[in-house]
Amino acid sequence: MMRRLVLAAVFFLSALPSAFAVNPDEVLADPALEARARALSAELRCMVCQNQSIDDSNADLARDLRLLVRERLKNGDSDEAVIDYVVSRYGEFVLLKPRLRGETLLLWGAPVVLALAGATAMLLFARRRGGKPTGTPLSETEKAELERALRGD
Amino acid sequence: MIIELGHYALVLALATVIVQFVLPVIGTARGDRALMAVAPAAALAGFFLVLFSFSVLTFAYVVSDFSVANVWENSHSLKPLIYKISGVWGNHEGSMMLWLLILSFFSALVATFGANLPERLRANVLAVQGLISVAFALFILLTSNPFLRLAPAPAEGRDLNPVLQDIGLAIHPPLLYLGYVGFSVCFSFAIAALIDGRIDAAWARWVRPWALAAWSFLTAGIAMGSYWAYYELGWGGWWFWDPVENASFIPWLAGTALLHSALVMEKREALKIWTVLLAILTFSMSLLGTFLVRSGVLTSVHAFATDPTRGVFILGILVFFIGGALSLFAFRAATLKAGGLFAPISREGALVLNNLILTTAAATVLTGTLYPLVLEALTGEKISVGPPFFNLTFGGLILPLLLAVPFGPLLAWKRGDVFAAGQRLFAAVGVGLVLAAVVLYIHSGGPVLAYFGLAIGFYMIAGAVTDLWLRAGIGKVKGKVAFRRLIGLPGSAFGTTLAHIGIGVTVIGIVAATAFQTEHVVEMKPGMQVESGGYTLVFEGMRQGQGPNYTEESGHFNVMRGGVTVTDIWSSKRLYMARRMPTTEAGIRTFGLSQLYVSLGDAMADGGMVVRVWWKPMILCIWIGALIMMAGGAVSLFDRRLRVGAPQKVRKVKPVLEAAE
Repeated sequence: MMRRLVLAAVFFLSALPSAFAVNPDEVLADPALEARARALSAELRCMVCQNQSIDDSNADLARDLRLLVRERLKNGDSDEAVIDYVVSRYGEFVLLKPRLRGETLLLWGAPVVLALAGATAMLLFARRRGGKPTGTPLSETEKAELERALRGD
Repeated sequence: MIIELGHYALVLALATVIVQFVLPVIGTARGDRALMAVAPAAALAGFFLVLFSFSVLTFAYVVSDFSVANVWENSHSLKPLIYKISGVWGNHEGSMMLWLLILSFFSALVATFGANLPERLRANVLAVQGLISVAFALFILLTSNPFLRLAPAPAEGRDLNPVLQDIGLAIHPPLLYLGYVGFSVCFSFAIAALIDGRIDAAWARWVRPWALAAWSFLTAGIAMGSYWAYYELGWGGWWFWDPVENASFIPWLAGTALLHSALVMEKREALKIWTVLLAILTFSMSLLGTFLVRSGVLTSVHAFATDPTRGVFILGILVFFIGGALSLFAFRAATLKAGGLFAPISREGALVLNNLILTTAAATVLTGTLYPLVLEALTGEKISVGPPFFNLTFGGLILPLLLAVPFGPLLAWKRGDVFAAGQRLFAAVGVGLVLAAVVLYIHSGGPVLAYFGLAIGFYMIAGAVTDLWLRAGIGKVKGKVAFRRLIGLPGSAFGTTLAHIGIGVTVIGIVAATAFQTEHVVEMKPGMQVESGGYTLVFEGMRQGQGPNYTEESGHFNVMRGGVTVTDIWSSKRLYMARRMPTTEAGIRTFGLSQLYVSLGDAMADGGMVVRVWWKPMILCIWIGALIMMAGGAVSLFDRRLRVGAPQKVRKVKPVLEAAE
């Protein structure tokens, strides 16, 4: 705990402690199940840490959660069932990738809406500008100068 | 006494930058050349005053003057000299001093190298730089003064956070700030253009070197930070989508877009309004990043005591500059005339696509970073937005851009032929697929998607080379001619190619290190061994050690291949005395572009050690790619054409002279 709190981010180095997450005694015997556990762990937040998944964190709570995930997997839960269970106990905060809900509509919508809006604006702009002359027309003096040059004076 | 002189110099610097702002503004309004001419002198004076002030603070650190509160809080007499110096910016007050120093440094550069700028433009640019300096000098003096004294002076300091006692701290923040703050010059140019209501290709030509320099530094700074986190934090992650990282990544994305749109503006006089907006937005993102990191608003920041006065002050700066700049933009943008036309399929079109994707990606990262803060402020509900979200959204957005990058340089200006460009890239696509297949043959196994990722990386490299290849006419003309043509190509062509190769190399590093890395978490006793990446690590035992301000326990591993010892690895855990704080010093050995990464865990009751061993294939490509990108920026920067000032005047004058002869 202390280590995590004392540990600091300065500038843009992540505020992540020198972690030592999964311990040998936690690893499941079945490699396929363990792989699923690792993948799930990477999506779950260590509740007492700053932006760390339980897979990366050495906090006690993260360890408890890792064990919980493995316990559920051993009992034959699907990935979704495990996630649902963890969320029912710890709330949406535990998900590092928020689910699409009313509150997160803008979050998930932003990339799509922005990309579409940008593309539409581009197309409209291209169409509106299409065929129209650009730049400033020559001024009278410039025209006269051009005439002179063309006549070869 | 010397401390007070430094403090005094800082106050004087504030006065100087106020002059740097006020007099040129009056000068341009009245058309008074003498007042406008004050700007460069004030900028130089301001820079030297801040430099002196900063040097004094550094001196206080070097001699461990603990009567200065800032030194006492962040230094220790036993600390090695280099960390005493880098420790100056390893804390809030000092890092803001570095910010101001670099800001005034850029002002001084504009003052020095801006002799060929039009008078009004230079005065306006320096005035805006001055105004930014005023804001930050005030911020330091009013909320974050590093020169405050303690009486009586403590005998020993509290030491610098051990994680920061690393060469990374000496390099990373200065580079990053050079990038961050460098964009202030582009911002000032944009504001000056809006004030004057005048903008042309020459403007873009003046702005582009600054954008290039800032971008190169930012690239290097981010890469350095990433590598630092990788080796220092002890579990081999190199990018965490942490808000502080995002804060530096968003300006990078916007800055990359700016580089490309400035190119269109310079060459074709198109996208003027957009380029000005991007210049404003890029520096705004730098300011926002400073706000996020410095105010303590981010949940990830524990390093700095959350002090609301500071947060509110920076928020004020942020609102003033972003709000002011955007209002000015709204009022004045219409006065900037639109420029050249282009068909949707053209070099310009490709660069617009680049801008569309990069700005959308920047906005996405920004949304993801701020969303939890805003949602909690508005509804009280807490959500997390972490790596899985960013990988999915950012990855999805950036992938089409990666595929499109090699097309850009192959399309003609104004009206291009995407099929012809595609045909010319046939070879590049082939190279990508073949090389990925070769890797599949050698390596076998691993996710199929990873091979597509590798293919994209190889294709990008080959595609970038294709441009130079075709322009030099290699294979079409004689070798000698082709060579002469190749070296005759402008520096910016090489810069583009290098930067695009760099992205390809980074992509390969990311894909390989993510998809093919192996991890072993084992409990080891002396004599036991573990296999990783084709090497065998034999645990030789632990040893106690002592550093200048820490004690350490090191594990010794022999690295064997085919029964022969190739090298050995020491991996340590340190305990820093002053703060009683442990750190891990991972043991890393490089084999070609790949690394073995060994990290120590806890000691077990039965005498074993928990050891984590990773094989990180091709991981160095991630940072080498960034260095290549940076080199590309540097090569472009030294393109002779950028150093030649505004050319239109010379051209107008020349024919007259020739005619007179």
